[in-house]
Amino acid sequence: MSEPGALSFTITVDGVEVTATPGQTILEACDAAGVYIPRLCYHPDLEPAGHCRICTCKIDGRRSSACTMPAVRGMVVESETPELNADRRTLVEMLFVEGNHFCPACEKSGDCELQALGYLLGMTAPAFPYQWPQRELDASHPDVFIDRNRCVLCSRCIRASRDVDGKSVFGFDGRGIHMRLNVDGGRLGETALAAADKAAQVCPVGCIVIKRTGYQTPYGERTFDQAPIGSDIAAVGKGAKT
Amino acid sequence: MTKPKLATCSLAGCFGCHMSLLDIDERIVELVDLVDLDKSPFDDKKEFDGPVDIGLVEGGCANEHNVHVLKQFRQHCRILVSVGACAITGGIPAMRNMVGLRECLEEAYLRGPTVEDGGLIPNDEDLPLLLDRVYPSHEIVKIDYFLPGCPPSADAIWAALKALLSGEAPNLPYPLLKYE
Repeated sequence: MSEPGALSFTITVDGVEVTATPGQTILEACDAAGVYIPRLCYHPDLEPAGHCRICTCKIDGRRSSACTMPAVRGMVVESETPELNADRRTLVEMLFVEGNHFCPACEKSGDCELQALGYLLGMTAPAFPYQWPQRELDASHPDVFIDRNRCVLCSRCIRASRDVDGKSVFGFDGRGIHMRLNVDGGRLGETALAAADKAAQVCPVGCIVIKRTGYQTPYGERTFDQAPIGSDIAAVGKGAKT
Repeated sequence: MTKPKLATCSLAGCFGCHMSLLDIDERIVELVDLVDLDKSPFDDKKEFDGPVDIGLVEGGCANEHNVHVLKQFRQHCRILVSVGACAITGGIPAMRNMVGLRECLEEAYLRGPTVEDGGLIPNDEDLPLLLDRVYPSHEIVKIDYFLPGCPPSADAIWAALKALLSGEAPNLPYPLLKYE
């Protein structure tokens, strides 16, 4: 991370001054400053896509995704407001009912970013009727398993496979509510995907999982068992202040 | 002064949430001091005979009997709480929702590996009619509060009960809010 130099400037996030450098997005500047903005499709190693809208903030009074909006000198950003967090919770609830998310029977439980956002935003039950969609599984690959019941269409695997692995194994198929994660050629086992690929490592939910690795971390020691999602980023801010 | 009344039921669930309630250990003595148990599997009271303050619903609705019991609970309970993943999402029983009822029954009773002589789908009039899919409680009746978990921990159930008995909403602290 570059030190704030002569080109650095400040933006205001929830009343706090945050230092940013040219080229940084609002989310990147906030992460570096230890100000956590809830997000789902964003991954620090990938180009931002702005798919999930969880990180939507009011930026100079207008809503935009913090992961794609470049920071500009003097910007005033609202993030931790009851209104924005209620909208974020609604988005998470919609993702829960649009897929088939059985947390008790999912090996990603405790490490799942969708679940962790539900906890953070105080979701006890989705306010919408469950859709119970028909989704396909793909167990054809020797080391990687796809359960589309849990897919949230974040496009992390698509970006990772295309931009980091150089394989373009994944893509989207269809539009709107019919959009699905597509595998190049149809079946995962027939692609060049390897378990060590970035694309197999970045799924925020239990859609793309590495076989024979589930339930290895005991209950109580998983990523989000003790502290809410974003605590690691917020800790940066607390450390900087002292 | 009479004590508040507590009722519980297990619909399409596994009784795990009831077991978790019993898991409050010695606090059950305090619970006995705080509430009178009304219709519940714990005391085997079969019917409501008056209004109840708090009703805890475990399990979703998989058949018409579940719906009947749930509507009775809504009718008699001032505060109705969905307890556990099955009541809130349909849970494990709802995994049949993506398959279809007929296919499920045929797989279990006609094409199952232990079926002999062609099998038969049960159709006795004493059996409650299965619903087309498993419904979470709040898609059948109004639910006042939700207590997620599979099951919610004894600490979560205790915290929620104490809050409700104090006239407060059960806002669980982070370590107690779980979907599994």
